[in-house]
Amino acid sequence: MFWQKDIEIISRRALEELQLKRLKQTVRQAWTNVPFYRDYFSKLSIKPKDITSLNAMQKLPLTTREDLRLNYPFGMLAVTQEQVVRLHTSSGTTGKPKAIFFSKKDVDRAADLIARCLIMTGVKKDDVLQNMMTYGLFTGALVMHYGAEKVGVLVIPAGPGNTKRQIALMQDFKTTTLHLTPSYALYLASVMHNEGLDPKKDFFLRRAYLGSEPYSEETRNKIEKFFGIDVYNSYGLSEMNGPGVAFECMEKDGMHLWEDNFIMEIIDPESGEKLPEGEKGELVLTTLCREAMPILRYRTRDIVMIIPGKCKCGRTHRRISRIIGRSDDMIIIRGVNIFPQQIERVLMGIKAVAQNYQIVLESYDQMTVRVEISKDLFDGKVEHLVNLRNEITEKLRSEILIRAKVELLEPGTLPVSEGKSTRVIDKRTL
Amino acid sequence: MEQLKQISIFSENKPGKLKKITKVLAEEGVNILAINIASSNGFGVIRFIVDKFDLAYQKLKQKGFTVSLNEVLAIELVDRPGGLYEVSAILSKKRINIENAYVLILESRKKAFLIVDVNDIENAKKLLKHEKLRFFAAKKHVKRKNA
Repeated sequence: MFWQKDIEIISRRALEELQLKRLKQTVRQAWTNVPFYRDYFSKLSIKPKDITSLNAMQKLPLTTREDLRLNYPFGMLAVTQEQVVRLHTSSGTTGKPKAIFFSKKDVDRAADLIARCLIMTGVKKDDVLQNMMTYGLFTGALVMHYGAEKVGVLVIPAGPGNTKRQIALMQDFKTTTLHLTPSYALYLASVMHNEGLDPKKDFFLRRAYLGSEPYSEETRNKIEKFFGIDVYNSYGLSEMNGPGVAFECMEKDGMHLWEDNFIMEIIDPESGEKLPEGEKGELVLTTLCREAMPILRYRTRDIVMIIPGKCKCGRTHRRISRIIGRSDDMIIIRGVNIFPQQIERVLMGIKAVAQNYQIVLESYDQMTVRVEISKDLFDGKVEHLVNLRNEITEKLRSEILIRAKVELLEPGTLPVSEGKSTRVIDKRTL
Repeated sequence: MEQLKQISIFSENKPGKLKKITKVLAEEGVNILAINIASSNGFGVIRFIVDKFDLAYQKLKQKGFTVSLNEVLAIELVDRPGGLYEVSAILSKKRINIENAYVLILESRKKAFLIVDVNDIENAKKLLKHEKLRFFAAKKHVKRKNA
């Protein structure tokens, strides 16, 4: 089944023609309306008319998350403020978020992409989708919500957490489809198990969409087996609308990236050179249909590869692998993006904390921050240490939005770190 | 009353930590009179009453331990039922809050002392000045060559 069949099975040649046409429009729109891009182009002596082919786009500058941050809040906007209807933000490394704007048309197009994903995975109007992603500034829940409404399914805007209520909603309204993070799916499974519930008998579940954080094929298998459902991979990022950028079809062999809306390139994260199909590299995306905020050659920092060959489902949009890694130091825990610098900033603002710390990623929903205490401020009182640990925990939570376990250490316990990479210990296995 | 200081050392809850600390004390010929370990999931504070606290403090500090030194009260307990009650009744009457307490026993002299760690030591000493309490005195209770 297809939502927009003509475009989903379009021939490669026609798709590339469409991409080039839309790329030219996007470049002109960015050059005309976004001073940041105009400056960038003139520095590189490029004019919109120089973009005569898809290959020529490699002359265009790469856009980084730093560029978005520096242009916060309105700098990247290509339309007037009257024309935008929605704002989302995405966390940044240095406190300031990235602002992502949607025009009415953008909201509608993002919803169409989600609708394609849902129909592609067998959703029908009589399905019930329980949306367990976070509603609010994150794109995850709202973009899915609009797409699902567009298809005509019943959407339960449950948001994350309150697991007992989630279970009650799933039973009372016969939920068939879940949208959630892999870590929450695992947690939900453990709660059901402890309550003596059998998801295969006591529920009506058929499928789940898992996104926002990396997870392994083994985790997918585990979740599928426990719930007795099909699990589909979902890829997206706020800068590119949120979910619905790439999505698995029923073949479950890579995620179709909607190439009529985005041009994808895989580059070497070090040199910036474009890599051939089938090689691992950083995914770079260019929006083709975005009205409020066109973004050219955006460095996603996600390491993926393009899966060569045609998909049995008939869709011609190429597929990307699941996220293999990151080309920066961003950490994803419980679907939340965290940069080690955020943690460092919090720690260095607390007097009783010494210079050295370590971030240990225990699992996809548990992080430990190990902190050396200051020798000079130690007064022998356990109470003060407990207070210190609570203070660190709370301050971290308000900065990174999740609760980390905090361990206090003696000065000199941790290895002296030369680069920030050694400060992060990743115990998770994909 | 003679000044008595307690040594507190911050430590992760890990096997071998106490061994490392006590090795330093042994090498310096410091005699441990009492020990107390308080832990709070993951870390602990180890406290000692020793005969040569200044020396012990300096040496532990030199060896890189996270250590602090603070004065405590050491109140003699009479060895009979009600001994601790009598002392705590006085502390209670004077509204002295106990942050932490443990017992020091001198086997040789058949004497026990309640080590009391309080928030404001000077005030506590003042308040207890005229009470019928006997305090630990290193000069009297412990033989030592140097302090």
